[in-house]
Amino acid sequence: MTAALDPHAGGGVLDPGAAAGRATDAILRDTLHGTHRGVVVDSPPGAGKSTLVVRAALELAAAGRPLMIVAQTNAQVDDLVLRLAEKDAELPVGRLHSSDTDPYDKALDARPNVRKSTKAADLAGLGIVVSTAAKWAHVKVDEPWRHAIVDEAYQMRSDALLAVAGLFERALFVGDPGQLDPFSIVGGEQWAGLSYDPSASAVTTLLAHNPELPQHRLPVSWRLPASAAPLVSGAFYPYTPFRSGTDHGDRRLSFAVPSDGSGPDRVIDEAAGAGWGLLELPPRHTPRTDPEAVHAVAQVVRRLLERGGAAVSERSDDPVPLTADRIAVGTAHRDQAASVRAALAGFGITDVVVDTANRLQGREYDVTVVLHPLSGRPDATAFHLETGRLCVLASRHRHACIVVCREGVAELLDDHPSTEPVQLGVTVKFPDGWEANHAVLDRLSEHRVAWRP
Amino acid sequence: MSLITTLARLEAVSTGRARPTATVRHRHLSERPLVFVPLTTAGEAGAPLGALVGTDRDAPRLLVVPQPRDRDLRFAFLAELADVVLPYVEAYADAVEAAERTETDPETGKRVKVEVDLCADAPQLIVPSRAGADFVRLLGRSMRFRRTAEQDPGTPHPAPPRVPLLGRWLTHFGERARVPGSSLLLALTDLLSRHWATGQSGVEDQHLGSLLAWIDPPAGESGDAAARRAELARDADGQLLCPPAGPATDPAFDNKLLAPAIEAYDRARTALAAAEDGAEADDRFGALTAAEQRIRDLVESRTRPTWDAVWHGIDLLRALPEGAHVPDRWTRDRWSFTAHRDRITAGEPPQPRVDDAVTAANKLAAREREQARLDAQEALDDPLVMAGRRLAGEAFAGEVTDVVMAYSEGRRPSPRPLVTVRTEDLPHLGERTKVYRSLEGKPQAAEFVAQEGDGDGGALLVLRVLDKMGRGKEPEPGSVPEKGDRVCFTLFEHDQRGGPKLPDPEETPWTHGGPPGDPDAVPQPDPLTEEDVL
Amino acid sequence: MPPPRTRETTSALRHRLAELRGPDVPAKALDARALAALAANPGCKRRALLDGAGVNKTVLADALGSPSAFGQSQFAFMRGNAFEARVKADGGAELLRLVHERLDPSAEPPSGAAVPDLAAMGPEGRAARTALALREATEGGGWALLDHPMLALEVAGSPAFLEPDAVVVHPDGTWTVVEIKSFPMLDGSADPAKVGAAARQSAVYVLALEDVAARLDQVPRVRHRVLLVCPKDFTNLPTAAVVDVRKQRAVTRRQLTRLTRIEEIADALPPGTCFAPDLPPEQLTAAVELLPATYAPECLAACELAFHCRARARREGAVTSLGRSARAELGGLTTVDDVLAAAHGTAGDPDDPAVAALRRAARLRAEALSAAGYGAGAALPDRAGAVPEGAPCR
Repeated sequence: MTAALDPHAGGGVLDPGAAAGRATDAILRDTLHGTHRGVVVDSPPGAGKSTLVVRAALELAAAGRPLMIVAQTNAQVDDLVLRLAEKDAELPVGRLHSSDTDPYDKALDARPNVRKSTKAADLAGLGIVVSTAAKWAHVKVDEPWRHAIVDEAYQMRSDALLAVAGLFERALFVGDPGQLDPFSIVGGEQWAGLSYDPSASAVTTLLAHNPELPQHRLPVSWRLPASAAPLVSGAFYPYTPFRSGTDHGDRRLSFAVPSDGSGPDRVIDEAAGAGWGLLELPPRHTPRTDPEAVHAVAQVVRRLLERGGAAVSERSDDPVPLTADRIAVGTAHRDQAASVRAALAGFGITDVVVDTANRLQGREYDVTVVLHPLSGRPDATAFHLETGRLCVLASRHRHACIVVCREGVAELLDDHPSTEPVQLGVTVKFPDGWEANHAVLDRLSEHRVAWRP
Repeated sequence: MSLITTLARLEAVSTGRARPTATVRHRHLSERPLVFVPLTTAGEAGAPLGALVGTDRDAPRLLVVPQPRDRDLRFAFLAELADVVLPYVEAYADAVEAAERTETDPETGKRVKVEVDLCADAPQLIVPSRAGADFVRLLGRSMRFRRTAEQDPGTPHPAPPRVPLLGRWLTHFGERARVPGSSLLLALTDLLSRHWATGQSGVEDQHLGSLLAWIDPPAGESGDAAARRAELARDADGQLLCPPAGPATDPAFDNKLLAPAIEAYDRARTALAAAEDGAEADDRFGALTAAEQRIRDLVESRTRPTWDAVWHGIDLLRALPEGAHVPDRWTRDRWSFTAHRDRITAGEPPQPRVDDAVTAANKLAAREREQARLDAQEALDDPLVMAGRRLAGEAFAGEVTDVVMAYSEGRRPSPRPLVTVRTEDLPHLGERTKVYRSLEGKPQAAEFVAQEGDGDGGALLVLRVLDKMGRGKEPEPGSVPEKGDRVCFTLFEHDQRGGPKLPDPEETPWTHGGPPGDPDAVPQPDPLTEEDVL
Repeated sequence: MPPPRTRETTSALRHRLAELRGPDVPAKALDARALAALAANPGCKRRALLDGAGVNKTVLADALGSPSAFGQSQFAFMRGNAFEARVKADGGAELLRLVHERLDPSAEPPSGAAVPDLAAMGPEGRAARTALALREATEGGGWALLDHPMLALEVAGSPAFLEPDAVVVHPDGTWTVVEIKSFPMLDGSADPAKVGAAARQSAVYVLALEDVAARLDQVPRVRHRVLLVCPKDFTNLPTAAVVDVRKQRAVTRRQLTRLTRIEEIADALPPGTCFAPDLPPEQLTAAVELLPATYAPECLAACELAFHCRARARREGAVTSLGRSARAELGGLTTVDDVLAAAHGTAGDPDDPAVAALRRAARLRAEALSAAGYGAGAALPDRAGAVPEGAPCR
């Protein structure tokens, strides 16, 4: 049974709010009153996954059902606990944590309704207990929880779910299928194709064994602007489309200081108008930390800040200044992020987030500046072609995304050998990284500013 | 490929000789390994053609299947192989020492120490290449479900008595070989490639002859030339001078030499069967023996060069000193061997065709832990490996320039000295990143506090030492680095924590399909087809 | 698919390619394996042109003095044929049963399926006969098995003739490619490299079938899930697995489109260039050198000219002869000498991060090696057991 909601299905086009509301209602109905042991929700970037998790948690708690929440990282857990506490300051929430130093965000200490412990027994009786999958895996209980919510379920590995699934009777699984897949540092080919392949994603295993579970989809991205949703949806979610919650013109980005005619300024203006900008450097094979590209990224960030940007959106009538905390830089590798940070520090900029795709998952900014994963590379690899990586980098922004890249990536893609081995029984993952990369590149080339630094 | 390895390969190109990528030997080498050089029949799955096997480099045992499609001849081969391998394996099963193991008491659920047997040493199987290791696995799979006449008197083609047992052991060797750092079953090409970089690609390094040519070329010849000769040179008959290390044979050998020999053998056998009297039979038996001998000679001619090459490779590896953590990992191999010995003694069924969900997850978790352990131990044992980690920003080495005593806050202040290290390395340090150094074989933790200066001679990194300084207010002597000491810290942990305990297979949750079927059911043997029997 | 071209340009190109092959040298027809192999190294202009022009690369490699090492054992050949015959025995009953069971279980059971006679003169005749049989079988509305049909696919202006092991027409009028291989499926899994190669080959057949389908009035659907039939475990009994070839189909389609580049590559060659195998080796070598190659070790498994290209790449000191990944961190440096000179500080801009990283790598490596007692250039330690006192990392 699938209850995938086509935003355009069912008698006329619903407005985004109504379409999203209808999807949420159906999810909550299945979660609270359905007969199935599991409900799966696919949530594309910025579709309100956290809001859904918080709402479902509060409703389950209100219905008197003890609830455990499984998230993948400590940051995600703390974020969820804070959101829950914000929504309902009376509701007792348990934060189960490890015995490492600094196991949780100190901000939790200011919440009187949040109890923290390293032992699940100390948190018994609380309506909601939240922890990471890794911590839950060490918990033993006599009586399983009535309900669980598994957050970021597509980034969770099947073996991690195996370790915690005995703790709950039924669960709501929420996640984004387009982001980075979980991986293993050792080969697991011998289990490829098995329904319970331990290195596959938790959702893959769950659905292979329980194909009858209801599957829902949040149909509207509230983060991505109208300029970005169709591209991201088409390139990364070809069989499960979504749309933008806002329309062209609902969001505007303007700058007080006019362009100085340089490449960075021109690409900033292009992106402010079109939502996308490609700053293309001359073709050259470079190591990962290409100094020119790193400098170009830093220069774009610097000009974004210097030019006094202001963002207008549906959130407020007044323009909101584009400050450092509303800008992020995304890279493929850690050493690239370190080089960009160093270059920014050289300009006296230290408060702009610079991180890899892995760490930017789930985050949101007004403007993102991305160093293209294939820029300057002599060869493409599976790592650099991984769809999830590009998807994360291209879907963090509310207003505009500026990509810095050397010329020649289209040729690099064309010359990339495709002789991948095929494992029997493994579901082919779509979209293909090659195709997705080409789709994004095609679109970016419409907003290209060639620059010779 | 890391830049240090790339550099080693390029140096090999320019010097014409392989260059080291390790300064110690990172795998255990038995005093008395069992070397196995198998050949297989093209196009058939698990149809051996022959093998050289044994522990004496001067006296390998030659096993040959003169007609690989004849099941009886195949069984005869496997029975002979069992006669060589099983006594070798069983010799290690009997010598034990007492050891302690932590187990969960089934009644109290508590972790208790129990005294158990641990085999004092373990067998070691060495094959020429990765394909050889795969073949061991395949042979194991083809044998372990066979039934002997004793097990199943009604079976139409009973396997020789010890063949299923050999299948179970080869399966165990094959499965253990998938654990990073294990040494029960080693592929020599992998072992050599771990320790030397050649001036050719990894694909080409899979060719044992060519790999050895780079590492130890004949006097006066460059590695490149010797490797090309090993790979390509043929005699006047079009046969490779250095036959492939198998188990696959060269098609030119199959078509030109082996196929006519097998045909001659088949004819001789048919003729013998049709013999009408004793004298004729004697003659024809002689012809059959000669035909069989021809095939034996051919198989020996293709395996003997590989056999010698394997021992040559073992010699080269033995010249390297053993890494400090290698015995620790070999002990894990001994545990693995002992556990399988116990399963067989307890009469447990053979390993299933496919792992259940819990077993698969447990194996993956164990292999991930072993990989991390191996990566850490190799770096700690070998400055050249550590150099690679330092280049990658995962470790740093330098000189202590300053030590300032400091204490933790709280009721009982403990020492938390601040140590400043000058290093030219560029580690990926963030706020309070944990770093570790090896202190008398145990990891000592510190955390990154700040970076001071970035001038000539490298950066000054301030670290706060966190543990291993004893219980007193003053750190124990020698537990804190002193000014002028050379130190090396890693960003990775030296030890691996155990993972969570997964449910028992019979408690597999609904998300993973629920409990599997009867775990003790012995899988049916593979069905027979008419091609199996001539 | 290649964009439509006019008759004149096509015939001019054909003429040009015939000249390149040499007088009276027949074009080597491209088969599915060759077409699928285009994806192995799509950046190689040498391979693109030689394949596109129908040059027999095996013969060319012999003439260049670097013969290819591809051969097949007669044991494997015989086993393959015996297995295929077994799968197709009794009017393909077992094959059809597998297609029904794995791909179309809700359709009627395939008893009494049509097995049309596809015999005809020459590849063109057989291709026409196949197209006709496909149409009739599709209109007939039942199961049909086409044993070794012949399919034509236009590749860079010339027809390539392709012969799949079998094509099955389903009662609903859809078509399935069946690929029979003699490597085993052991406990449900098979060698991923071989399955990958089979999938790429099948994708070529799917494209060719789609070409045939497009010419019918009611365009039938060619299924993108093909059936791979292999021996089960250690037996000779057939078993099958469904393989989704959508990705391989997309890749091959793209590569076929790009084959039109051969016109540009051919135009860039000086007049009179010729690859006829009877030319003197020096002349032939010079001609081949005019075509830029992108050798990588993967070529050894995929291209007849690999040994020739490898020798050239080695002579030029190309870093990629050690593997594509070797170049990843070297930036603009492409030769062994340049990299080593940069690493040892005799050349290169120290501000270039590739050069800086190489120097750090070289320094760290030398430091570690000398600590362990290795002299420069030695593969083995100068003295046995020359490990520094104490742990290398304290």
